[in-house]
Amino acid sequence: MAQQIITIDAQEVPFQEGQTIMDAAMSAGVYIPHLCHNPEFKPQGSCRLCTVEVNGKRMAACTTKAIPGQEIQNNISALQENRRALIQMLFVEGNHICPGCPKTGNCQLQAVAYYVGMLSSHYQHFYPYRELDASHPNYVVDFNRCILCELCVRASRDVDGKNIFGISGRGIKSHLVINSTSGKLGDTDFNVDDRAALVCPVGAILRKRLRYTTPIGERLYDQQPINVVGDSTQPHAGAKKQW
Amino acid sequence: MVDKVRIATTSLAGCFGCHMSFLDIDEKLLDLIELVEFDRTPITDIKTCGPCDVGLIEGGVCNSHNVHVLKEFRENCKTLVAVGACAFNGGIPALRNHYELKDCLEESYINGIGIENPQIPNDPEVPLLLDKVHPVHEVVSIDYFLPGCPPSAEAIWTFLNELLSGQEIVLPYTALHYD
Repeated sequence: MAQQIITIDAQEVPFQEGQTIMDAAMSAGVYIPHLCHNPEFKPQGSCRLCTVEVNGKRMAACTTKAIPGQEIQNNISALQENRRALIQMLFVEGNHICPGCPKTGNCQLQAVAYYVGMLSSHYQHFYPYRELDASHPNYVVDFNRCILCELCVRASRDVDGKNIFGISGRGIKSHLVINSTSGKLGDTDFNVDDRAALVCPVGAILRKRLRYTTPIGERLYDQQPINVVGDSTQPHAGAKKQW
Repeated sequence: MVDKVRIATTSLAGCFGCHMSFLDIDEKLLDLIELVEFDRTPITDIKTCGPCDVGLIEGGVCNSHNVHVLKEFRENCKTLVAVGACAFNGGIPALRNHYELKDCLEESYINGIGIENPQIPNDPEVPLLLDKVHPVHEVVSIDYFLPGCPPSAEAIWTFLNELLSGQEIVLPYTALHYD
């Protein structure tokens, strides 16, 4: 089928029929901020960071099909301000203390926050109390940093066929749960080769003992922004190499 | 002679790391001193803040004294800047927010390892701890934020230069970080 065209910020972007706006943008190297999207998995449009204006109407780029003639606004101040507010809300809902997090420098939440120019968390912090699950021999789950992107849920269900992670509760009470009788990761068959072990964009699912193998300052987002270096694809929180 | 810009600085619930980073501008301090005059700061050891152009706040707010000092800075400083990760979101001290204050005190002063004569300090000279640690923007309005743990000397120098010359503050990508 012949390639068709949409425009994103006045730039012509080709697409194949069936692709979403996000697919087309990623293929063309046009960065649309996102956290819950990973092209390996079915899009779910939950983080809303990729909201763009399609012919004047706001839509999630990851779940909206590209259609010829769409004129899309992406990198405009009104959308960047909304994105900044979304990131600030994620920061205050959880406990994101970057200086104490092994994922710092490789963290997509942090990188998108830099990209949208977040200088303060602005809102009042919730400081929720959330348990840490260190029951697994090789992995620790720090629920304090979970942003409910559901990438681990999708990876475990759709790729690993294990269904280890899920989201329970509604609205502000939504939270990540682990599918075992005890609710502990150590009582599941989760292992280091699972796809779900590698997809967490933040510091919620961490490989033990490898967290500071790359010094801070040499990590993915330390020198270059996410629109240049792309999504975090480190095999573990403190890694330099990509998988 | 043009009046110098008056600057005050303080560390609330911080570790003085941001102040150390400030001192890391090294010999540029001599350039800075041509442009500014220090009011209350650990460098001058002046104890109360007078009318100032710029106030730099390191650290979050963890006790009644921090609240007092922060309000004093807000009242006296035309431009108030939150410097560092603790001012930004409470930082490491805010890790105690997940626990009851009573439990934290008992762990530190009653039940901890190697404690002799266990008792929770209650001298009237010791400021009372707040129930939770707060970022500074939850207590007073803040004009600028300079994140980082600590912000690098380069970031502080660039920030101050741009602020003092009245330019829009634009930091290079590598100077803006939360860790």
